[in-house]
Amino acid sequence: MTGPNRVLFDAPGPRARRRIRLATALSVLVIAGLIALGVHQLARHGQLDHARWQPFGQWPYQRFLLQGLVRTLKAAGMAALLALPAGALLALGRLSPHRVLRLAAGGFVELFRSVPLLLVLYVFLMGIPRAGYTFPVFWELVIPVVLCTSALLAEIFRAGVLALDRGQSEAGYALGMRRRQVMWLVVLPQAVRLVVPTLVSQLVSLLKDTTLGYVVSYPELLNQGKVLGSYTHDFLQSYLSVTAIYIVVNAVLSQLAEALERRGKRRPKAGAAGTGPGLPGPRTPESVGVEALRTT
Amino acid sequence: MHEVLHHLGYLAGGLGTTLELSLLGFAGAVVLGTLLTVMRVSPILPLRVLGTLYVEVFRNVPLLAFLVLFVFGLPDAGITYSLFTSEAICLALYFAGYVCEAVRAGINAVPVGQAEAARAIGMTFGQSLALVILPQAFRTMVQPLANVFIGVVLSSSLGAAVGVSELIGRTQWLDLQYDEPVPTFLLATVGYVLITLAVGLLAGRLQKRMAVRR
Repeated sequence: MTGPNRVLFDAPGPRARRRIRLATALSVLVIAGLIALGVHQLARHGQLDHARWQPFGQWPYQRFLLQGLVRTLKAAGMAALLALPAGALLALGRLSPHRVLRLAAGGFVELFRSVPLLLVLYVFLMGIPRAGYTFPVFWELVIPVVLCTSALLAEIFRAGVLALDRGQSEAGYALGMRRRQVMWLVVLPQAVRLVVPTLVSQLVSLLKDTTLGYVVSYPELLNQGKVLGSYTHDFLQSYLSVTAIYIVVNAVLSQLAEALERRGKRRPKAGAAGTGPGLPGPRTPESVGVEALRTT
Repeated sequence: MHEVLHHLGYLAGGLGTTLELSLLGFAGAVVLGTLLTVMRVSPILPLRVLGTLYVEVFRNVPLLAFLVLFVFGLPDAGITYSLFTSEAICLALYFAGYVCEAVRAGINAVPVGQAEAARAIGMTFGQSLALVILPQAFRTMVQPLANVFIGVVLSSSLGAAVGVSELIGRTQWLDLQYDEPVPTFLLATVGYVLITLAVGLLAGRLQKRMAVRR
């Protein structure tokens, strides 16, 4: 509720207040009606029966799902661990003065940004084994996720580097630093701090990507949900539980990203330490117009 | 190799299905997402809460989990659609949250003076939104919306995981049939790269034409 949103309706007078109250009551009624309709639909087909939900209150079933969650986190963690440095290196490659390196990194990033993750996954699942290489299931899931995510992360890192005030690297050069020193000692530390919130929110979509374990039969959360669903014959309940777990875990991650963003805003901004009062502050990655967020 | 070339038409059909799914899903997402934005900036509290809740939930659910829930879970509750329709609905519902965020950013990019002017000449909330704010907001949103569309195209591939016969599904089928991974996957890659390139170019053109000159 910032910006013009507040201006769209100014302090309402008595008549407008009455209208708003009426609309509020009406919308509550409509929302309640929709919820009731949904519950009725579920109840009519016996989906709310105690017997159907009862297994999900028992520890063995919960443990089964939690094991899936642990594997999801493991795959996501490993993918993040590999994709973060890979993304940073790709970004450096795209910004490098060497033409060959720049073209190679650029080609990699553009290719993996415009191809669906599932396609890369099928290549690893069906294409590469034909050539005689087989991976364990864990890596069949993790490697494609790393390939696609590192391309996205590279764009985020690059946006961070480009968003940094030019004066920073100029100051570095003025001190007699070499290109590499400027990059590693001046630009990168500040650029990374600038993009941390975006990186964390990208981790949410990485965690979502691991659901493709469902396709390669890696027993992560969604796959465990499928197994549990076919065991209890209650697919709806099983998938609803799985969805709820995903929402909780990702909401926690999103909150973390927002907290980091707030903290970044409260502190003197990264890179602003050297800028005088009359100079423009650092630009944000968004203001540079690089939108790297594509999600599956 | 030539068996695969023989089935180029089949693959092209898959590409067509992918495009159809993406366009339907995107259109639905734009309508629903705009509606959600209107709800989120309206003075009516329950609608604001509902809009915020919707976006939060759908941003945190993996699309595949939602798709699987929709395709394999909901029939238990007596809600059954064809696979194609199911996926189009899922894409629309899922990406509505992303469209909502893009539209909100677009609305925030419209100078406050515009809204103030609309209020000053006596327009109501609905009028100032529909006649002044949104038309300008959509102009600044070409690039973000194009990104959402590319996201829809790439995500529509998940349909293959539940059995929709779009580009990836058909690629996989051809690969199983003729054991020719290189040409099949290469063709699919070319298909997706062509779509994303075309969307990127089109978005650049549109943005230049629609840019608000202030």
